[in-house]
Amino acid sequence: MLNKNFYLILIISLVFAISFWIGFNVNLLPAEASINAPIYDELFKILFIIGLIIFIGMTIAVIYSLFKFRKRNDQIGDGIALEGNLSLEIVWTIIPSIIVLLIGLYSYNIYDRMGGMKELNHNHEMMSSNTEKIWAGISQTSDNEIAINNLSIEVSAMQFAFLFNYPKGNFISGELHVPVDQKVSMKMESKDVIHAFWVPEFRIKQDIIPGQPTILNFTPTKVGKYPIICAELCGPYHGGMRASIIVEEESDYNEWFNKNKKPEVNL
Amino acid sequence: MTISIDPQKTNNESLQPKGWLRFFSFSLDHKVIGIQYLVCGFLFYLIGGSLASAIRIELASPMSDFMPRDVYNQVLTLHGTIMIFLWIVPVVNGAFGNYLIPFYVGARDMAFPRLNAVAFWLIPPSGLMLVASYFVEGAAQAGWTAYPPLSITTPQSGQIIWILSVLLLGGSSIFGGINFIATIIKLRRPGLKLMQLPMYCWAMLGTSLLVVLSTPVLAGTLILLSFDIIANTGFFNPVLGGNVVVYQHLFWFYSHPAVYIMVLPAFGLVSEILPVHARKPLFGYTTMVFSIMGIVVLGLVVWAHHMFTSGTPPWMRLFFTIATAFIAVPTGIKFFNWVATLWGGKISINSAMLFSCGFIINFVFGGITGVALAQVPFDIHVHDTYFVVAHFHYIVYGGTVFIIFSSIYHWFPKVTGKMLNEKLGILHFIITFIGFNLCFAPQHWLGLNGMPRRVAEYDPQFQFVNQISSLGALLMAISTIPFLINVFLSVRNGKDSGDNPWNALTPEWLTSSPPPVENWEGEAPLVEEPYGYGKKILNENKNI
Repeated sequence: MLNKNFYLILIISLVFAISFWIGFNVNLLPAEASINAPIYDELFKILFIIGLIIFIGMTIAVIYSLFKFRKRNDQIGDGIALEGNLSLEIVWTIIPSIIVLLIGLYSYNIYDRMGGMKELNHNHEMMSSNTEKIWAGISQTSDNEIAINNLSIEVSAMQFAFLFNYPKGNFISGELHVPVDQKVSMKMESKDVIHAFWVPEFRIKQDIIPGQPTILNFTPTKVGKYPIICAELCGPYHGGMRASIIVEEESDYNEWFNKNKKPEVNL
Repeated sequence: MTISIDPQKTNNESLQPKGWLRFFSFSLDHKVIGIQYLVCGFLFYLIGGSLASAIRIELASPMSDFMPRDVYNQVLTLHGTIMIFLWIVPVVNGAFGNYLIPFYVGARDMAFPRLNAVAFWLIPPSGLMLVASYFVEGAAQAGWTAYPPLSITTPQSGQIIWILSVLLLGGSSIFGGINFIATIIKLRRPGLKLMQLPMYCWAMLGTSLLVVLSTPVLAGTLILLSFDIIANTGFFNPVLGGNVVVYQHLFWFYSHPAVYIMVLPAFGLVSEILPVHARKPLFGYTTMVFSIMGIVVLGLVVWAHHMFTSGTPPWMRLFFTIATAFIAVPTGIKFFNWVATLWGGKISINSAMLFSCGFIINFVFGGITGVALAQVPFDIHVHDTYFVVAHFHYIVYGGTVFIIFSSIYHWFPKVTGKMLNEKLGILHFIITFIGFNLCFAPQHWLGLNGMPRRVAEYDPQFQFVNQISSLGALLMAISTIPFLINVFLSVRNGKDSGDNPWNALTPEWLTSSPPPVENWEGEAPLVEEPYGYGKKILNENKNI
């Protein structure tokens, strides 16, 4: 004879097994094309598995109760007069607290690895960014590791387009070209309303705000063409406000850069 | 604590119209006002639902081809505003609160009956004004969040009418909140202790505290925004040195608690419904009370999680991650308690029970995506995408609206003395549950893969999944048909329910159905154990 506990343990292990299987085998995310993406996907996988365990567990509990404890036709009267169970209630307060705290600490770690906790700084030779207040963003470069070969780009957003200014080449492009495996540092500002810069394959997003520059640093890892999407409602053509980011080999990038480069004009 | 409004009440009674006309009068009867809130809210739900259908028709194809782009933005703004301020908030607070709270505390009416009527009668004109603003110069088109500078630069008249309308609705909400707090604290029948109140009273006490603390902030913010629009001031206008991020802080200081204003009353309602149909006491009454108050306190300090990709410094992002994620703890306690309430019961599987269980399943799903969204690094990718749209519809539709329907099935016999048809009710549940999940579950995938929210056009690779979602929306629209047929048929020809068809123990059932104007013929009963199911003495009295 198998007792009740055996079935309980069996069901719990099945829920865990199914959740882990789905978590590791079902991919809901787009391609990974930046340093941030695999870090993000690691967090996603953990949250997905924990979420599945809780969701499947609760759903089974509700459906099982409805089936098992349904009122039969010949039954009268009430169920058991159970008003609470202190130890059970303590357990399901403490366990979720621990899970939530661990998730919070883990996501802090993820955020730190993405560069979120680093001091915001824009590596730009031609202006002194120290005096300027940067409000927000994601920075992968800290003060002392600002590399000389960092690519600095200034982004301006307006209804309904992005413009990318390459200060080193003194030109403006409507398409964002970046070399693969190199840090890119963007300073973004809006000319009218709030916009947002989002590249799903990079797992990064930052609002572009009028009157307050924001920073976004990233390192692309895969050659290809990806969409840049405006994610903040900015007017009637918001859905059409898109651009492309083209990640290319360094030689291709240099060719493109030199073709567009304009001589410095000294006034 | 005496009930001092008796003489006043009888005096008014002679002046009030009788029959159906009383629902169109400035009635002071809390039961009439409750029904006024419910029916008015439901009419706006039909309008908001039609707007949602228009959105889903537009999104069935990747091009912007069903309506002009600026009209699309007006539609999505009105859809959000109507569903929040004219359907969910007035119904879960105003409708059920007004109908039930006086019964639960053993009073014959609310503490301030005239304020109560004023609070209701602010709603129809401001709602109609909001809808009619479309015909002036186009309705507001900056989304229900009305972020400046977009809200400053879009056509002014629509935005100003929107602000005026939301201010009036906020005022109505504050009047209601004050009234509920006063009624629950001061009008309790002698001998009734706070810890003996049905759970919905606690939920409404918590909700009303949130309303009274946070709604004035929204009002102030919107007044400043209207100055920016009409008088060219520069509070939020960056051209004049204003700060757009400050608006977002002020706005979300109200609008995040607004989520709890929409779900806490639903938590209260489901706590009334489950014990009755499961024939078991509510599990963990005390922890339920503390978790409601925990949600109230935490709910006030999590607002910036709506701004993780906006202008927030890193330390702030971290604080709001932890605070937000911790809301899952008191919320989780409530869900475990409800499942434990079902456990070992004698459950009648009827429409009210099915909608409540649908609520538990949908809300757990929405809660899980909510904890994920609270994590800054997770949110940075999916913020302002269809993932968020899916998440909050799981909370407010899969959660609160399911409970509104569950409550209608549960309290319909109380209000009318007739039963709703169970077959139509179960059909309504099945279509709603399938339609809802078909509509919103695929939207999580859309958001993760690159579809932002509030767009009229999108990448053609998302067309198929959007069409599945639109099919779900069609089912949701169809699901209102059996419901409406059911209500109209049952009001006229429904089976007589008797006074207490569910054999419930909460005080509203211990009088006739429908109840007399004074709520009880004699003195209000003292209900010390509103969830005393399964206890010997009570069983004998009920003669089942």
